[in-house]
Amino acid sequence: MEPLSTFQVILKILLILTPVWIGLAAIFALSITYKRRLGLFGKLFDSPIGMIGFALVMFWVLVAVMGGPLDMLVTHDALGQVSGMKNKVPGTPLAGAEEGEYAWYLLGGDNLARDVFSRVIKGSWIVVQIAPLATVFAFMVGITLGLPAAYYGGKLDTVISFLANLILAFPVILLFYLLVTPEIVETGLPSYMAMCLFVFPLIFLFLLLNSKFHTRPALRTPLLIGVLGVGLWLYFSLISDKGTPVSFMPSWLDLFDIPGGILVIFVSVVFVNSPTVFRIVRGLALDIKTRDYVAAAQTRGEGAWYIMLWEILPNTRGPLIVDFCLRIGYTTILLGTLGFFGLGMPPESPDWGSTINEGRKLLSIYLHPALPPAIALLTLVLGLNLLADGLREESLKD
Amino acid sequence: MAFFLLRRLGVMLITAICLTFIVFFMTNLHPNLEKLAKTQGNFRMTDEAVNSFLERNGYTQPLAVKYGEWIGVLPSHRDTDDEGKVTGRCIQPGMDAEEAPEYCGILQGNWGYSTVFKEPVEDIIGKRLALTGKLMFWVMMLMVPGALILGVLAGMREGSRTDRSLSTLSISMTATPEYVSGVLFIAIFSSSAVGLKWFKGTATSAMEDANLENFLLPVVTIALYGMGYIARMTRASMAEVMTSQYIRTARLKGVSFPNIVMKHALRNALIAPFTVIMLQFPWLLNGVVIVETIFNYKGFGWTLVQAAGNNDIELLMAVSVVSVIVVLVTQLISDIGYVYLNPRIRLS
Repeated sequence: MEPLSTFQVILKILLILTPVWIGLAAIFALSITYKRRLGLFGKLFDSPIGMIGFALVMFWVLVAVMGGPLDMLVTHDALGQVSGMKNKVPGTPLAGAEEGEYAWYLLGGDNLARDVFSRVIKGSWIVVQIAPLATVFAFMVGITLGLPAAYYGGKLDTVISFLANLILAFPVILLFYLLVTPEIVETGLPSYMAMCLFVFPLIFLFLLLNSKFHTRPALRTPLLIGVLGVGLWLYFSLISDKGTPVSFMPSWLDLFDIPGGILVIFVSVVFVNSPTVFRIVRGLALDIKTRDYVAAAQTRGEGAWYIMLWEILPNTRGPLIVDFCLRIGYTTILLGTLGFFGLGMPPESPDWGSTINEGRKLLSIYLHPALPPAIALLTLVLGLNLLADGLREESLKD
Repeated sequence: MAFFLLRRLGVMLITAICLTFIVFFMTNLHPNLEKLAKTQGNFRMTDEAVNSFLERNGYTQPLAVKYGEWIGVLPSHRDTDDEGKVTGRCIQPGMDAEEAPEYCGILQGNWGYSTVFKEPVEDIIGKRLALTGKLMFWVMMLMVPGALILGVLAGMREGSRTDRSLSTLSISMTATPEYVSGVLFIAIFSSSAVGLKWFKGTATSAMEDANLENFLLPVVTIALYGMGYIARMTRASMAEVMTSQYIRTARLKGVSFPNIVMKHALRNALIAPFTVIMLQFPWLLNGVVIVETIFNYKGFGWTLVQAAGNNDIELLMAVSVVSVIVVLVTQLISDIGYVYLNPRIRLS
């Protein structure tokens, strides 16, 4: 079979991504039709920059979801090696292709003869899974600590701020090198850190619901039992993993096991991000706590946590949403850094950082294994930054 | 002012001690020590051999004691082997055990001995820091003026077409981490696949003799990532200054636009970027590590990777001391400079 020309490669890729285009078109059509009813999200579609950012982000989310769990877009096994395809240029026909197999390596083969195109798509699922979730956890930690630090001030503030600055003064890469090595994982340190960090979302949820509904015990008690029950179950399933020192759940009760390396990466990314979130939340809360409606709530005799979580927090949402988008982008960069230094991820993992690192070794001769993941990471982070910029612009308008 | 400085210095000292203790703790965890023993001896060492190695070198003492020895407030560990020969941290090769000083931590100026490079740590750090200093100097020379020009041009007419395009440019810069832009630059400018071959893809030769051909790519790679962020801060602060009352007055008086920007707005607009530039130093360290790895420039960042990858405890401790001090000192400078630039703020 003839090798494909550049134009044909692009055409084939666009064709394979058809479901993504349909999905994108549907999301945009729906959002633009109902944009007046969608609040801040709808206003995003008034700003061209925000729309471009949103399109880039949604593109990767759709690619990740369709390529990852649904297994749709990938043309070959991301880990499978085909002999004779080592370092082949984009558009090379598959050596000895059988019936039903996709006949080309659209973006070529890497130095282990794996399909670059499929690896980029599989890699996007790793990023799209970890980055937003890790950011959510970092926000829960940052909010749960930042609000009381600002609201109560005094010694509490000094202590937590000192700890946050301590982590912030740590060079990130050094921290990663210290946390994400097999030797440290063996000691169980990351598992203990996971126990500490992942308890914060539970505390957050408990405080959030309890402060709102504590005047209505009939509603609150069953609600809290339900939410915390599910939460605790998830928490214990998350932290209890076979093969780590923290393994206490019987396997029939353990909902899921996070593959060893992923949990460590997750923990260290949350750990690095939460002090910055803490500082932002603290700064915003310090500003808002002097407002009249906070004083009004205090006069009404509301509890401290009610004021923090239901009066102050909702009013910090604008900057926090913007920072959330930026931080997902930053987390993506961090994940790439980890992969780039070969920390945490299994060596054959298709995540973008590892792939870039592998590809760069042969960069002077073969460009194609390193460039697609690099461009993928670039576009996703760019999309998130543009989205954040669009959101900021639109939220400042009113 | 003096009180403020003293308090800040005190906090800095506590922070530095806490951080180095954390690094010390992590590098002295048992699996790490075991790895160290095996890389020092051989990889098929039995557990007993590992333990006796650790004991001989004083690694089995309590953590606080080891940390005290490293600092230099406790007498350092000595070991007498079967033939009565005394070895220890303080005893340099060729030195008599009786003559050797009892304390030799960093307070005495002894940073220890690197197990990877087989050299005293202070020599390695000095040499590598000088190389990274050269890199950082050129990064700063490129990044700071570039970012300020970008930011001022974008911020002086908010919402204009220049503003839009320059802002988008700086957003794209912040969205390109060093390992992406470095790879892209090497691919475009130095690979034989594209064929431009304007620059070299490695900066190893730049360690002795830096020139445009082998040094530009690493410098640009680090500078671009930081530049976008500083430019955005400059733009925001410039845009804010341009809407203020005294600028409007100047315009109504008929001062020409270049004059307003250069003479009236610029100084006030540069306060915020100054802080940001200072706070960029810790992030630049990240970039340095990545770029030195990509371009194989054997500076401080490269040393960090080597030390961390091989659990070279004393080198790693020195690396973290240096980087923590850099971070803390730049924070202090940024705070003090902020007060000097902006007289409206008083130290409390």
